[in-house]
Amino acid sequence: MTQPPTPVPQPREITTQPRKSDQVFRSIVFLGGLSSLVILLAIALFLGIRGFEIIAREGMKFITGYEWYSSINADGLSGDQPSVYGIGAMLVGTIITALIAVVIGVPISVATALFLNFYAPNLIKSFLVTVVDLMAAFPSILFGLWGLNVLMPSAEYWAKLLHKYLGFVPLFDVSAPVFTRSPFVAGVVLAIMIIPIVTSVAREVFSQTPLDRIQAAYALGATKWSMIRAVVLPFGSSGVVGGAMLGLGRAMGETVAVFTVLNIVFQANFQILLGAGGNVASLIILKFGEASAEEIKALMAAGLILFLLTLFVNMIADLIVNRSGRQGR
Amino acid sequence: MTTTIPVPKPAKPWRATPKAMAPTFAAALIVIVGTFLLIDYTGLSGKLGAFTAASILAILTLSGAAFLQRGVQAAKNAAVGTFVAVGAIIAMIPVVSILGTVLVRGIKGLYVGFFTNDMSLASVNDPLDKGGILHAIIGTLLLILFAMLISVPLGILTALYLTEIKGPGSRLIRFLVQAMSGVPSIVAGLFIYSAFISGTGRGFSGFMGSLALSILMLPTVARTAEEVLLLIPSDLREAGLALGATQWRTVAMVVVPAAKSGLITAVILGVARIAGETAPLLFTTGGGDTVNANPFDGVMGSIPFAIWKALIAGSEESNARAWASILVLLVIVLALFFTARRLGKRRV
Repeated sequence: MTQPPTPVPQPREITTQPRKSDQVFRSIVFLGGLSSLVILLAIALFLGIRGFEIIAREGMKFITGYEWYSSINADGLSGDQPSVYGIGAMLVGTIITALIAVVIGVPISVATALFLNFYAPNLIKSFLVTVVDLMAAFPSILFGLWGLNVLMPSAEYWAKLLHKYLGFVPLFDVSAPVFTRSPFVAGVVLAIMIIPIVTSVAREVFSQTPLDRIQAAYALGATKWSMIRAVVLPFGSSGVVGGAMLGLGRAMGETVAVFTVLNIVFQANFQILLGAGGNVASLIILKFGEASAEEIKALMAAGLILFLLTLFVNMIADLIVNRSGRQGR
Repeated sequence: MTTTIPVPKPAKPWRATPKAMAPTFAAALIVIVGTFLLIDYTGLSGKLGAFTAASILAILTLSGAAFLQRGVQAAKNAAVGTFVAVGAIIAMIPVVSILGTVLVRGIKGLYVGFFTNDMSLASVNDPLDKGGILHAIIGTLLLILFAMLISVPLGILTALYLTEIKGPGSRLIRFLVQAMSGVPSIVAGLFIYSAFISGTGRGFSGFMGSLALSILMLPTVARTAEEVLLLIPSDLREAGLALGATQWRTVAMVVVPAAKSGLITAVILGVARIAGETAPLLFTTGGGDTVNANPFDGVMGSIPFAIWKALIAGSEESNARAWASILVLLVIVLALFFTARRLGKRRV
């Protein structure tokens, strides 16, 4: 008599395929992860489509031209001259104010970062870190209001001092004695605004200095400064450069604070102490309120240029910061 | 016979002796006296002038004292040490000045009605006891709420993609998120205007403002959340998987709960980032003067917009109004900031 065969369970199929729920989960997370790519592309696309007409018409003149004149105002009334749109003066102003900000802000930030990492006692250090982080959370309109009401008189005083002793340098010369609302003042406000980000990047790279190199320098009899010069600065230099560029990108895109402080004039002004200047972002705010449909397209084009410029600066900065810490002795 | 071993008295030989401290005291004296002299006899004046004079003198005298005691290297060391400390103090000056000014000037404009009235029956140039910022407070809260609803899920999903799935393109996405955090706020506003308002027949509304703000909030949330998720030990993940959980269950039941306080910190930091943003709102919300609780229809006020309106009006009353509003805004931002810090300290 034969026994009935015992049922053998099918062996479980072994697969590297994730379960259904995991596949759904992974695709949702992937789609969420793509959001930054989608948003950045959409910004470039929409500003590009709306601004294309103006850029195509003006050509290179849009970037190099110094004139901004709209013949059609918001009421639809047409003037007698054709419209001209050029953001050259504003681009020059953007770069000048951002560079002033970097020249003033970066040394202060590097000094602060060195102080925090190598000099400050623990108690002071944690207090200062809080204060610097706090500064990053201040709204930009606050910097604008403060810059206009509080900083302006002091900055004017320094501007006069600079003009008095360094007036023979074309940069510090002025054609009219107007020292308020100058690119210099805007640059000082921007410098204060970029201190937190540059400081935190510099602090981050300085703190990654290998401890054995620091101790080796001390063991060779280095003072604190010679240790910093021989070990910390070479190690962190590219990180500081990247941080400075991040600050430059922030300063270029800053709107409200610059608009509040600066006297916006459509000419390329290289006399940084003179009360006339500009900035692409503040141009957009200045003109947006009473712009005609055509002028709005021009503003979109200006926004596109600003977006691409800051994106470019930021990407380079990120590349430099991420690569930092590979050199040094 | 017993000999008594002399017990050395406890001493602190590393402490500077009065003799070694003397040059430092002398330097301090020179700095104080010299500052007054410089202010009296040169063009420097005011608090900043005094600070500059004192800093320069401090660098010179301290390095001089070090030179006399220990030579050139010590002098350089002392000079740099002083310079660096001066730099840190310079970085602090604006914060102190800003906080002080806002408090002193803002408190004058505050009264009870400031929080219960809106500006529908008052203009910015009216005396301070008319009108208030109720509409702006409600508007800001709604703007933040809707911006959170959009950017928090997207930000946390981005962070999960970077830390849990580590799929292809993580490096690119991490790079793009970093680049996105540098997008100027005005570009975000202009983008929303060009994509959803201009030419579509839709008017300004609070939701459009939230969309613009969420573009700015997303990178902050994503980056902070990524940092927090990286801190979760992979033992936890492996334990979850070893118990037979799918990846989805592991993330939802183990990783995210473990990182909860850090994720909340990320959200709060994101909110603090956008609470005071002005430029994008100028292009999207329209800035109404009455209370409007419907974010999908009609112009909506917000605290930054109210400050902006008061600021460009330029009269004395409107200026006082701007300072009072900014005090309210600053208190909100500071409260968020310190909550985030407190939560952030409790890691995992």
